[in-house]
Amino acid sequence: MSESSTTNLLEMLNITKRFPGVLALDNVSLKVKPGSVHALMGENGAGKSTLMKCLFGIYSMDEGKILFDGKEVSFANSKQALENGVSMVHQELNQVRQQNVMDNIWLGRYPKKGIFIDEKKMYQDTAAIFKSLDISIDPRSKVSTLSVSEMQMVEIAKAVSYHSKIIVMDEPTSSLTETEVNHLFRIIKRLQSENVAIIYISHKMEEILKISDEVTIMRDGQYIATKSSKSLTTDEIIKLMVGRDLSQRFPEKINKPGELILKVSDLTAETQPSFSNVSFELRKGEILGIAGLVGSKRTEVVEALFGMRSLTSGTIELNGKVVKNHSPQQAIKNGFALVTEERRSTGIFPELSISFNSIISNMKQYKTKSGFLSDRKVADDTQWVIDSMKVKTPSQKTSIGSLSGGNQQKVIIGRWLLTKPDILLLDEPTRGIDVGAKFEIYQLINQLAAEGKGIIMISSEMPELLGVTDRILVMSNGKAAGIVETASTSQEEIMQLAALY
Amino acid sequence: MNTQASKKSSFSKWLVDNVIYVVLILLVVGIVSASPDFLSMTNLINILSQSSSRIIIALGVAGILITAGTDLSAGRMVGLAAVISASMLQAGDYAYRMYPNLPELPLIVPIVIAMAATGLIAALNGVIVAKFHVPPFIATLGMMIGVYGLTSIYFDRPPYGAQPIGGLSKAFTTFAQRGIKIGQYEFPYLIFYAIVVSLIIWVIWNKTQLGKNMYAIGGNPEAAKVSGVNVARNLIIIYTIAGLLYGLTGTLEAGRVGSATNNTGNMYELDAIAACVVGGVSLSGGIGTVPGVITGVLIFQVINYGLAFLGVSPYIQFIVKGAIIIVAVAFDMRKHAKKK
Repeated sequence: MSESSTTNLLEMLNITKRFPGVLALDNVSLKVKPGSVHALMGENGAGKSTLMKCLFGIYSMDEGKILFDGKEVSFANSKQALENGVSMVHQELNQVRQQNVMDNIWLGRYPKKGIFIDEKKMYQDTAAIFKSLDISIDPRSKVSTLSVSEMQMVEIAKAVSYHSKIIVMDEPTSSLTETEVNHLFRIIKRLQSENVAIIYISHKMEEILKISDEVTIMRDGQYIATKSSKSLTTDEIIKLMVGRDLSQRFPEKINKPGELILKVSDLTAETQPSFSNVSFELRKGEILGIAGLVGSKRTEVVEALFGMRSLTSGTIELNGKVVKNHSPQQAIKNGFALVTEERRSTGIFPELSISFNSIISNMKQYKTKSGFLSDRKVADDTQWVIDSMKVKTPSQKTSIGSLSGGNQQKVIIGRWLLTKPDILLLDEPTRGIDVGAKFEIYQLINQLAAEGKGIIMISSEMPELLGVTDRILVMSNGKAAGIVETASTSQEEIMQLAALY
Repeated sequence: MNTQASKKSSFSKWLVDNVIYVVLILLVVGIVSASPDFLSMTNLINILSQSSSRIIIALGVAGILITAGTDLSAGRMVGLAAVISASMLQAGDYAYRMYPNLPELPLIVPIVIAMAATGLIAALNGVIVAKFHVPPFIATLGMMIGVYGLTSIYFDRPPYGAQPIGGLSKAFTTFAQRGIKIGQYEFPYLIFYAIVVSLIIWVIWNKTQLGKNMYAIGGNPEAAKVSGVNVARNLIIIYTIAGLLYGLTGTLEAGRVGSATNNTGNMYELDAIAACVVGGVSLSGGIGTVPGVITGVLIFQVINYGLAFLGVSPYIQFIVKGAIIIVAVAFDMRKHAKKK
């Protein structure tokens, strides 16, 4: 490739980033023209956000260089990037919700008159930016009263107020309605006409083909291709995104689905935007996968099954009887167990022992007549967890935080098996676990299904879903886009369903 | 957009937003209906003057609470300032002077010394919290204990040992105890000091960069940092301002009571924190207003004074005050609680 062409606003060249044991970015390049919308695409975990974090100095890259406006740059933090005209509208909006809109926009650089803040100038400047972007929000309204799309527009206005030449938008439409998306697109067009470039990270094919000029596709930390949007179709993008081979990474399936155990009908969450009208069935000994993009509300659905979210409608039937899971306690009593996605924040008690971590959800079983806990019963069950889950640990008293991610996860799964659940809900059970340990987790899941448990497993890793499950429910934007038989589906079909709504 | 639809009827929203003012009015109405005599200028002046120094310390604590911090050392700093200022403002002809040879100083000198002492200690609190990342509860707990020791060493020493520091100069007692006569009523100077401090603090919170930064740091420290706010520096300044206010409170307390000991100001910080939370300051940071804090202080003072006026047992007053704190915050949590 030619070293540098003057037509590009931003060039990230041959970027490589290693984490311990993982090559997160392998010689990736990205070139963005001024005034263009450049889509950055790839599956979850393809390296898009790692690349952006290198741009903003949140990660330091191991190799490669970044040219911005023809000059080599290396931002120390997002503040520095911001001041040099590179800004980002985050998926999780970083705002002070208790303050008003203009306070947020000018935070850290308030216009002043003497020692006082010049509220009038602040208001006028904000109003002027809003007007130029066709945003109708009162600069004095509190951020916490705004809708998500309004907050996002405030972030975009903030980027504009820094005279950004390039704005990165990470999944900007994931929680917007169609009218709001159209408004966002009008704003993008307007920015483009002022020669601002946009890096647009999204999974939604239709949107990307509609709004972007060029598309760069990444896969497994590698650069795959950059193409003009006009020359691309949805199918081609998907092919480029998923085109890898499935090696033998999964144990042979030994489970046989039996009779119906769980019937979920018409589940709709109370606080929207979230999932609506989700229905599916699960059989004994079956592994049902849930696929979907970030923001498709997969986690919300299993949390609702586990009594953590309120519903406006829908029924959950277990073994033919309607059950009400209004709280996790009720759900546990009814035979549900949930291994959460965020093992560190909602799964383990890191400073405490394996023993404590094993029995915490099943405390009642260990009470003796006198009301104290029986050390012997606790030790027996802890040993059962260690043995049957094949946890590699020096002792029961070892703190769980000192184990590897895979072994931690095994303890958590063991914890829930002690409650003798009928339904095991697994949210990203292999996240942050190395390949060898993943295989053991898959074996465990298989074996549990073979013993007759109903298993629901959310995963963002397509090969994992295809390798482990029997059927896959595909979520798209809060709706069930379809249920496919694992044996007869393909990554392409799932991707298309995931982008349906 | 869709925010409009989710808003409750405007009255119930107004009620939730202004619940503390409603509570204050209801309290007054309740006490007045039990005893109509309560509604007099004298009682009003008494309540206001008793509230004055509490408002000043509460405004200091409130600023720290808004940064999602806390300050347990406030009361002990009040004590330190009281002892320092009283020791330097004893009347020249008083027999038991701590500094027998000290000339009668102009008022401003001891006040500035006392405020400088507490300002420095509070700045140290700020440094410990901002630079060494010690949780504010722990940092100020340690400081609370340490400052008491410091105050006691200063207080309990020859020639007179642990005697209350009394015999204050006329200028000092006039400054803290007298007032401006308007018609038949005398309005204590204390009320005017509290008004001036409240105005200054209001301006800082609402009209300066420091104030905005204070709310931003408490509301979302990450957002403040990425927007280029120097979080550590702002925190240290906010703690220091609080310290200056404790110093002023201590001086006023010594003058008002007419003496000071090493126990002056004991537990004032808890009263101040209680008044702040009842006044709508959020312990998780980012929320709080000057009128709210003042109302919080007034609510407690009306309970104190009003129930005593009605002849209610002081023990029952404690129960009422405790209940008010819990109920007020429970209400506040409802306001901020979000359903998953």
